[in-house]
Amino acid sequence: MSEQDDNALLTRRALLEGSAASALLLTTGMPLRSEAAAADEVSFAVHTNVVTLRINAHDSTLNLDSRTTLLDVLRHQLGLTGVKKGCDHGQCGACTVLVNGRRINACLTLAVMHENDEITTIEGLASGERLHPLQSAFIAHDGFQCGYCTPGQICSAAGMLEEARRGWPSHATHNLCAANIPLTDEEIRERMSGNLCRCAAYPNIVKAIAAAAHEARQ
Amino acid sequence: MKSFLYERATTTQQAVDALAKRLDAKLIAGGTNLLDLMKLEIEQPRHLIDVNSLPLSSIEPLPGGALRIGALVRNSDLAADSRIRREYPLLSQALLAGASGQIRNQATTAGNLLQRTRCYYFYDPRMPCNKRVPGSGCAALNGFNRIHAVLGASDHCIATHPSDMAVAMTALDARVETLSAAGARSFPIDQLYRPPGSTPHVETSLAQGEMITSVTLPPPPPGRQMYRKVRDRASFAFALVAVATIIDADSVAVRNARIAFGGVAPKPWRGIVAEQALLSARPSRDALEQIAEIALADARSQKHNAFKVPLAKRTLMHAIAESTRDG
Repeated sequence: MSEQDDNALLTRRALLEGSAASALLLTTGMPLRSEAAAADEVSFAVHTNVVTLRINAHDSTLNLDSRTTLLDVLRHQLGLTGVKKGCDHGQCGACTVLVNGRRINACLTLAVMHENDEITTIEGLASGERLHPLQSAFIAHDGFQCGYCTPGQICSAAGMLEEARRGWPSHATHNLCAANIPLTDEEIRERMSGNLCRCAAYPNIVKAIAAAAHEARQ
Repeated sequence: MKSFLYERATTTQQAVDALAKRLDAKLIAGGTNLLDLMKLEIEQPRHLIDVNSLPLSSIEPLPGGALRIGALVRNSDLAADSRIRREYPLLSQALLAGASGQIRNQATTAGNLLQRTRCYYFYDPRMPCNKRVPGSGCAALNGFNRIHAVLGASDHCIATHPSDMAVAMTALDARVETLSAAGARSFPIDQLYRPPGSTPHVETSLAQGEMITSVTLPPPPPGRQMYRKVRDRASFAFALVAVATIIDADSVAVRNARIAFGGVAPKPWRGIVAEQALLSARPSRDALEQIAEIALADARSQKHNAFKVPLAKRTLMHAIAESTRDG
């Protein structure tokens, strides 16, 4: 990532102010605006960063407005429209992706913060034509209706099953110190509460995840 | 979202220096609350300092049995840590009762402490809010104030602090460690949060340019630890009322008692007077009712949140009863 350090910014700001001021003088002959007012205006200039993102084992180098969320880069710059924008506030989970194997909301993180991270989206879960076991299970158990939340549900479930494999407890866990926490339906529901489904396909989502978890243990 | 200059800090000192240099700078770690507020332009930093590369992600034992939790330890890692689960189960329970799996994977210890209120009027730029625009008024006072504070609020602000983790840390007598240009300091977590008074926009006692580097937990106190959270749905919702208790008791006497409430005040609310009353009580139904009365004696409810007072009392009584039950 190439960052503009403060010196570079100051230089650029001075340059912009200088050229804006001379343009104003040349065209109108008006006196210069106060430096403070000019600086205030210029400091709202768009800041960009060159960032290399590693997504589904493929590197992309992009020049991004620093404000760009990971979600917007995936959808708009890289055409990975499997990841969905639902609420854009971290409440619905439709934008769930895996970063270094951990599930997060892509809408609540800036793309520029993810240089050197391994990002996996729904497009990267299958191995060629062979679906990820969770993808197969969602089909086999009819774990969706309209399908909008499904990529987020599946990425979230992939992250969640890894958390369970590592023995992480949840709010539904009765004994926090248990060596083995059985992944009951109650546990699955609690652990998946960050993913909403407006079609309320929840019963079959739970079945699909339970089946994939069972298969993974075989 | 307003434009900002993004910078990645590589040392803690560098982050603190950058933060002190500019009044419009903010640190970003998990970003789950800050980015949300930036999208709504409630927060408008012009300079964002990414602290995720700093070496503040470990949980280390200290001499004497205390535990130091780095500012960048993710909420999910903290909740799953075997020492926390074994010795400070209250903290694991509180963390697991908060947010969603995705958010806990991003959110950090320091970010959780410094998250802003979820008052609807604070989140709505069209409404007056003394916290967002000092002096503009409080729309919650005469608005829909069901989720608002019944303890410690002021005529200028009745917002609650949303954290579960901070309530558990308050009951555990945690200390906050910071770094600024003036050096390092450490203080009780209770001193982190300022009462709203007439300046609800000033939420913490942190100075300009001061950064939380860690939270330390003293050796685990004796007694049973419990976190009880009551909310509108079973998961992924903020507390209407939460109670953290640590109680060391048998059928004869209570030897140690800590009580902290969440969801009812502008900060995690420690029930010191109720703790003292519990120490001199024998656990009985009558005594519990009396202690609950004492804990909520200063409660002042609004039009829509009067239910929180009996709810907090009953949740506390339930937690104490569970903690003092045999077996």
